[in-house]
Amino acid sequence: MNDTTITRGARWFRALAGEPAGNGSVWSGDALLGGETARFITVVPDPANRFPRATTNVVGLEQGWRLARAVREAIDADADPSRAGGMRRPIVAIVDVKSQAYGYREEMLGIHLACAAAVDAYASARDAGHPVIALIVGPAMSGAFLAHGYQANRIVALDAPGTMVHAMGKEAAARVTRRTVEALDALGETIVPMSYSMASFAKLGLLDQLIDGVDADAPDAAQIERVRDVLIEQIRSARTGDRTLARRLESESARLTRAASIEVRRRLAEQWDAV
Amino acid sequence: MSHAADVRISDPSAAQAAHPEANQAAPRLRDSFIELPARERARALLDAGSFRELLGPFDHIESPWLPLQGIVCQADDGCVIARGTIDGEPAVIAALESAFQGGSIGEVSGSKIAAALEMALRDCERGKRVRPVVLFETGGVRLQEANLGLAVIAEIQAAIVALRRHVPVVGVIAGMVGCFGGMSLAAALCSYLVVTKQARLGMNGPEVIEQEAGIEELDATDRRRVWQLIGGEQRVASALADQLVDDDSHAVRAAVRAAFTQGVPAAHRSEQVDTFLQRLARVDPASVTPETLRDVYNPPAHHATNGEQA
Repeated sequence: MNDTTITRGARWFRALAGEPAGNGSVWSGDALLGGETARFITVVPDPANRFPRATTNVVGLEQGWRLARAVREAIDADADPSRAGGMRRPIVAIVDVKSQAYGYREEMLGIHLACAAAVDAYASARDAGHPVIALIVGPAMSGAFLAHGYQANRIVALDAPGTMVHAMGKEAAARVTRRTVEALDALGETIVPMSYSMASFAKLGLLDQLIDGVDADAPDAAQIERVRDVLIEQIRSARTGDRTLARRLESESARLTRAASIEVRRRLAEQWDAV
Repeated sequence: MSHAADVRISDPSAAQAAHPEANQAAPRLRDSFIELPARERARALLDAGSFRELLGPFDHIESPWLPLQGIVCQADDGCVIARGTIDGEPAVIAALESAFQGGSIGEVSGSKIAAALEMALRDCERGKRVRPVVLFETGGVRLQEANLGLAVIAEIQAAIVALRRHVPVVGVIAGMVGCFGGMSLAAALCSYLVVTKQARLGMNGPEVIEQEAGIEELDATDRRRVWQLIGGEQRVASALADQLVDDDSHAVRAAVRAAFTQGVPAAHRSEQVDTFLQRLARVDPASVTPETLRDVYNPPAHHATNGEQA
């Protein structure tokens, strides 16, 4: 893989964490961030992957389980509170995943469990007190994003062409909902959760920061430093907040666009115990 | 319809008489669980007379997004939350209704599940154990609510992981829709999974695989091949689900009760990272079949316990 075809996940991993220790589909490693050790994890293409449906930057069987292992290594390393003053290292998920792997063997061997293992690991890290930050530098699609990033305390994204969060690729979504891609785009203008733009995703209260002015494919040193500063600030913020995902419903935008989510919780709590 | 369900459950001895033991050939009369709508499924799993619905149809919390797209709402958004007791212990059941939008997860239906699990967690943290059961019957994210569907699935998953440290989270996949998409990950996070032969569990549905990977990867119309791949029987035989039960309300109920009796497992399936990485390493992707996989994922010594009927 030469420098022009390197994926964003790989590029940002190198920019923030240096050379990966191993190779394969999941890169993970520790590097200094704001004066402390942080774990960085990303999914990269793996042309030699044993599973032919999982050779690009998708989350397949091995990717799911290896993500889980990379996260759990960090949990285990900080499990002893006497180490490092009891501080649990931040975990930065660099997100550039275009989908889960679609294949016959993937289903047979339980890709749903492999992805669940990654969800489990990230959620457990967050619950244990690791600040978990998702840094979206490319696509963050569907089940792949659930497995790698969506359990984070904080989600930030580069405001750049090609970063997006969505439940289904645009072409497939158009097919399934029997619309044209253009009609789907038009719908996204009025129906915020249908939109593919990062700005719309932010309106849902799910994004903690949209980082503009950064070249996602060829960042210069100053831009990398800016992203690093954002991560440091989000880590600091995550440590002051609680360990749940409740924050996602607390922002001003969530109060507007996720009013139903908030209402469901409020009224369910009222009815929870019989009067 | 609710009347019949109550009668059935309120008199266990009569119910027993009407329901021959599983080992008898071809029981003549069964109370099909699959044929029940979500509300009656929840009622059938709770102790007789204990069913109490939360955020029911009369609360009218509907999808704010479907009307904008000209789609008629349902007053419960296709998700029933019921409190009650299971074996006398406080319980909460979240049941998806496949008859509305294929059980798909929208902002409201998904938030109802997440909120119910979050409330159960709150009670558990206060020392009041609540037994949570999720009845999965869903294709995954409701595409008309796309990103919010995905977001609430992440919230459901977070709640399951936090809750199952206190109490087993029991999932049931009865069929006929099955459990797919992001909700298949939620199912995989459950402490125990109860399935029928009519259940299917997979991340990507057969049609999606055929669409994305081509018909040579999987012919979605080849029903036999699909059921052998992701059907309930195969999932239990390969230890990706725990209990295979008949399509019978009593059998499902017994399996759910038995799961709670077992307590929180020492290590949840989704925590067994090294075990599964080793198993994957032993699999030859070119030659593995659903049949040979069983021996890798569920070595013969374990067959008896994992395949045991409730």
